[in-house]
Amino acid sequence: MAKQVYMDHSATTAVDPVVTEAMLPYFSEKYGNPSSLYSIGRQSRKAIEEARQKVADLIGAKKEEIIFTGSGTESDNLAIKGIALKNRTKGDHIITSSIEHHAVLNTCKYLEKNGFKVTYLPVNKEGLVDPADVQKAITPQTILISIMHANNEIGTIQPIEEIGRIAKEKNIPFHTDAVQTIGKIPVNVDTLGISLLSISAHKIYGPKGVGALYLRKGTFIEPQMHGGGHERNIRSSTENVPGIVGFGKACELAKGRLPDEANLAKLRDSLIKSVLQIKESYLNGHPTKRLPGNANFRFSYIEGESMILSLDMKGVAASTGSACSSTSLEPSHVLIAIGLRPEESHGSLRFSLGRENTQEDVDHVVSILPDIVNKLRMMSPLAR
Amino acid sequence: MSDGYSEKVMEHFSNPRNVGEIKDADGIGKVGNPTCGDVMWIYIKVKDNRLEDIKFKTFGCGAAIATSSMITELAKGKTLEEGLKISRGDVAEALDGLPTIKLHCSNLAADGLHAAIKDYLEKTGKK
Ligand code: FES
Repeated sequence: MAKQVYMDHSATTAVDPVVTEAMLPYFSEKYGNPSSLYSIGRQSRKAIEEARQKVADLIGAKKEEIIFTGSGTESDNLAIKGIALKNRTKGDHIITSSIEHHAVLNTCKYLEKNGFKVTYLPVNKEGLVDPADVQKAITPQTILISIMHANNEIGTIQPIEEIGRIAKEKNIPFHTDAVQTIGKIPVNVDTLGISLLSISAHKIYGPKGVGALYLRKGTFIEPQMHGGGHERNIRSSTENVPGIVGFGKACELAKGRLPDEANLAKLRDSLIKSVLQIKESYLNGHPTKRLPGNANFRFSYIEGESMILSLDMKGVAASTGSACSSTSLEPSHVLIAIGLRPEESHGSLRFSLGRENTQEDVDHVVSILPDIVNKLRMMSPLAR
Repeated sequence: MSDGYSEKVMEHFSNPRNVGEIKDADGIGKVGNPTCGDVMWIYIKVKDNRLEDIKFKTFGCGAAIATSSMITELAKGKTLEEGLKISRGDVAEALDGLPTIKLHCSNLAADGLHAAIKDYLEKTGKK
């Protein structure tokens, strides 16, 4: 088999074998329901609480402030609908950005249909939200600000601290989607000044199907899942014990490995530098305020899905924001928000690097990409 | 994604036939895809009422490239009337089918060919 290079870590990551090992006993051996009082039940309860502590430790939170959910998307939904419904009588206005993940954007759109008002803040061409815009958008009716920590497509890291200060001054709950940032850059709920934060296990070498919402003590939300009163009555459902244990382990590993991310950034920069040698290629996003593993390019005159297919034939996994590859046939809202014309967004290509990537992987990509771009350009009526 | 594509599609995508332009083409069909914004140009050379040569240039997805390649194969050597009869469905079928969401790309290929033939007919005053 040809060399395989996985560079789509923003989509998902392989579960770390250490994580898998930690999870295994909780399937068939220690299978007790954490709500049960007998010993195998208590054993599961204890495992969950240990995991909760590890998740809290990664983001500088208290254990009691972590609510386990089924995914990052669920956490976003719970945070936004939870705050909106809880504060209905206080106001009906939400501030977010135009480049949020669909989990946030579509939740906001849903709330709009149900009588709430939403301001979608623009971003500059590097993908940054201006905190002054947040300030200006605030009205006496504003009940929530939700701005992502870093963007999943272009990797731009937002000035969350500054926005956090504004939110705090005005006493408005501030939510951030930190799915892309935990384990990659330092995330501390106090430094960032946020009251709610969404995270997910499968982006940090943990299992799919488990996420968490950080909910600051003193911030209250309306539960979205009703039932047996699990997770402090905020998220009923028998706990996904193996998943939660795996998430805890992944957070513990991530905390210890945070310094490695600086090396990943070097690898990313080497990829960026080489790829930009291809003529009429550009970097999308911010040159420095970007996720350590994210490199998002665009190439004039060609289309992303055909690049992905060509790369796949050479064993390289990457992704694109091209309209042709989306189920809606719409170009990526993020690329449009940073001011790209639809045909420019067509030619976007995202590599998201992770722990197992090496300089050799980068060299491999760099060695095959120019030919792929050239071949597609030869076919393109737009290329001169 | 590649999951949804037949082997035939992938084969035509990786080795597209008749790529390029014909400098002194007798007819050119330039069509755009209203759905996703892609562009396909089909060039034809006509001799004795037959499509003697045909080439394409496409800015689009894997399916768009594969259908462009396929339409040139289907059309080459055919009479103009036969060419006009190649339907949108014929292209998809010849490729062993396309994912539903990609059918609009094969439509584009048939439309491109028809536009090129019509261009020729108009230029030569045959229509
Ligand atoms: S050309 Fe855009 S989906 Fe096929």
